[in-house]
Amino acid sequence: MKQQLLQAFFGSEGYHNFRHNRLAMMGAAILFLFLLTAFFGPLITPQDPYNLKELDLNNSFKPPVWESGDSRFLLGTDQQGRDLLSGMVYGVRISMLVGVLATVYSLVIGTILGLIAGYRGGWVDSVIMRIADVQLSFPGMLIALFIMVAFGRGIDKLIIALTLVGWVTYARTVRGSTLAERNKEYVDAARVCGFPSWVIMFRHILPNVLTPLIVIGTIQVGNFILTEATLSFLGVGVPISQPSLGLLLANGYQVLFSGLWWVSIFPGITLLLMVIGTNLLGDFLRDELNPRLK
Amino acid sequence: MLQYTLTRLGQMVIVLLVVSVIVFGVMNLTGDPVLLLVPPEATDAEIAVAREQLGLNLPLWEQYQIFISNAIHGNMGVSYMFKRPALDLILERMPATLEMTIFAMIMAGVIAIPLGVYAGAYPDKMMSKVIMSASLLGISLPSFWLGIMLILVFAVELNIMPSSGRGEVTSFWGINLSILTVDGLQHITMPALTLAVGQMAMLIRLTRAGIMEVMRQDYIKFAKAKGMSAQRVLFGHALKNALIPVITVFGLQFGQMIAFATITETIFAWPGMGKLLIDSIYRVDRPVIVAYLMLVAMLFVVINFLVDVIYTLIDPRIEVK
Amino acid sequence: MSDYLLEVNDLKTWFHTFKGVVKAVDGVSFRLKRGEILGIVGESGGGKSITGFSILKLIDPPGQFDGGQILFEGEDLLKKSEQEMQKIRGNKISMIFQDPMTSLNPLYTIGQQIEETLRMHQSELSREARRAKAVELLRIVGIPSPELRIDSYPHQFSGGMRQRVIIAISLATSPALIIADEPTTALDVTVQAQIIKRLTELVREHNASLILITHDLALVSEVADEILVMYCGKVVESGTVADIVTRPAHPYTIGLLQSIPDMAGERKRLEQIPGMVPSPFALPPGCKFAPRCSRYQDICDQQEPTSVPVNNRHSVCCHFYVEGGQPSESDLT
Repeated sequence: MKQQLLQAFFGSEGYHNFRHNRLAMMGAAILFLFLLTAFFGPLITPQDPYNLKELDLNNSFKPPVWESGDSRFLLGTDQQGRDLLSGMVYGVRISMLVGVLATVYSLVIGTILGLIAGYRGGWVDSVIMRIADVQLSFPGMLIALFIMVAFGRGIDKLIIALTLVGWVTYARTVRGSTLAERNKEYVDAARVCGFPSWVIMFRHILPNVLTPLIVIGTIQVGNFILTEATLSFLGVGVPISQPSLGLLLANGYQVLFSGLWWVSIFPGITLLLMVIGTNLLGDFLRDELNPRLK
Repeated sequence: MLQYTLTRLGQMVIVLLVVSVIVFGVMNLTGDPVLLLVPPEATDAEIAVAREQLGLNLPLWEQYQIFISNAIHGNMGVSYMFKRPALDLILERMPATLEMTIFAMIMAGVIAIPLGVYAGAYPDKMMSKVIMSASLLGISLPSFWLGIMLILVFAVELNIMPSSGRGEVTSFWGINLSILTVDGLQHITMPALTLAVGQMAMLIRLTRAGIMEVMRQDYIKFAKAKGMSAQRVLFGHALKNALIPVITVFGLQFGQMIAFATITETIFAWPGMGKLLIDSIYRVDRPVIVAYLMLVAMLFVVINFLVDVIYTLIDPRIEVK
Repeated sequence: MSDYLLEVNDLKTWFHTFKGVVKAVDGVSFRLKRGEILGIVGESGGGKSITGFSILKLIDPPGQFDGGQILFEGEDLLKKSEQEMQKIRGNKISMIFQDPMTSLNPLYTIGQQIEETLRMHQSELSREARRAKAVELLRIVGIPSPELRIDSYPHQFSGGMRQRVIIAISLATSPALIIADEPTTALDVTVQAQIIKRLTELVREHNASLILITHDLALVSEVADEILVMYCGKVVESGTVADIVTRPAHPYTIGLLQSIPDMAGERKRLEQIPGMVPSPFALPPGCKFAPRCSRYQDICDQQEPTSVPVNNRHSVCCHFYVEGGQPSESDLT
């Protein structure tokens, strides 16, 4: 059975298209690299940027190795003598953590609400969709900003804020798909067989509405990473003790115009690459999984 | 149509009320505003007096009522920092924000839509692939980083653009505009560009997808069967059908742009209401934050309504219930 | 100049896809005279629609023409450039699509869509003359109050009415040939008869030729002069209506005829053709119908049958075709 599944996957047109699509493969490769960094980075970084004992203010603002000659700090240091590369590795970790977790939570909550709204209909549907519509008329960034301002900085608060912003897209999409599926015969058949509603929703309908969610989710990770970076840049995202790439950028911004360029540029490029990775993969998935473009 | 408008207006009021409750509630449940208003060495007695004077010892429900009735009369509180009505502060700065945002929107629309149409109509050409790569970059860039880079390159290194501030303004029907002067244009270009790039990228992709989907419709094939050339089919049929949803989304993006303007204004020291918001956040100037959120909420709700109305007017299939 | 308006010779329209080559139209030949109505019948996927699209060269990649010629008024359309084809499409040859709900652009009025054709191919007409002609066209296809309805949008019409509009568009330039691809399949049964009747009347009045593509053999036998039966991209039988309906030679044709319910006669079991249409990627070698044929013998797998004349205008592609139109007992199971 497993053999069959694997064969079906690797022999499919989708996988074939993936192998021939250099951009998609690049995107996947980038993401994989960043995931590896997130998991294993801290083991190999030259310095632990959170360990205050390792920091020496005499090392502050050293330029990258090809200018300073100091091979301890490959990409230079920030104002507290922290190795930028190490800081960036930890920053990647945090960015990925926030991005992925917030996406997963939004997806789960949004899907559940969307299924219920689409399947049950009636006032439940109205209420959920009303809330969704109202929320959608406001830019997510502003809502997240507001929440973070009110409740303070923190990674967990950030994830909650992003989830509160992000569930709507999934809910709407799933609701639409559920409405379409609800009228199909297999749902009638399941009802006739006496399955309770929640079984029908999750075991029968859900697998059929998953496809667009994969696309949305992939791209959402990138969006959340950007939003987190923006919020951190403004000072309302992650706390100072756990710098994400956005916070590193904020720190670098203050000294950018005095010629200390590396503190901003490297985190920026890293951020850019991460999001490019998710978008490349998301693009490919969207084109592959969209039946209307066939 | 009248009934539709009235229903929507009613809904808008409800939405604003809900937003006001949320904003008020969250803002007042976190932290004690009194401590910000009294000097640090105030005694407890003085603090109690201040609390009473500000009406902060009343139950929350009553405070909310006062808040709402004040708001309806145009009084959104007094800024802790400036000691002036919060609403005035925001309204003073609104033209600057709107000017930049609208300028950015026009920039985005004028550049992105033709590029998107081209990429959608001729997806296999090299130019289309270049356009799509550029748009990928555009949506992956953190906008604040783009702003920073622009300043670094054009203002600091090359020294051909001003790095911050708003340029010379001239008064136009009572509103101060900077785009009518050369200096003003110089100052507005980079902030507007920073704001526009993300939108441009999104718009290119949206337009391209719209065109590609429309081109697969039966009525397009039917048009070809009638003897229309590919170009005529594109401009005569595909364009209108594809652009209507695109323009709608773009209109709704205006709200997003106002949100992102907060960052752009901060980086470029553009004197708009976004910068005011960020500054107020740092200084915990609650009345201004609340006033901004309420005003912006009203703006979004009105924009959404207008866009919906325009959509029903353009698309003949939609009949207003 | 030959007597034939349209001559299709050994047309091959193949789709070169990721999974293999789909030979949607594989060596199809037929001829059509002026004023004739030809019916092309067969199951879905048999290649009938693609044949229709091929005549107008409306084939998109990965489809391409891998052989044959399409002679229209003596000239090979397959050799013509895109610009030349644009002058013929909608002008000398027009097409009616299957689904009236999606063939019209929802954002333009039907008047605008009719006048569009006129503006393209009869640009000498003034604006008033165009509008008058559009109204007149709507009238002759049977749209009530055409002067009022000409400014309506497609969604304000029913399916049958929309199809009438499309017929009006197809007649606008008095074409020599109209290709109708399943024009009534998407319509209600009661409306179907009306539409076909009006269409064929108009075709005769204009002395045009009509190619009627459908899976409904009963329908086509009432209106067509000649019938072409297609299966898996090939023509298996062709002849006059009388030939095909009363003296069918190919087992597939016989099968099709038998699956038509007979309302008037005595009630008997509805016969069906056993088996299923093969996947286009796994076509049988030899005769394509062999796996389902009651007359099957080994040679059917080894050698593809070629066209054999049965009669004056009746020919069939079968090694063991039924002679004299009298199927034996075994053919009927």
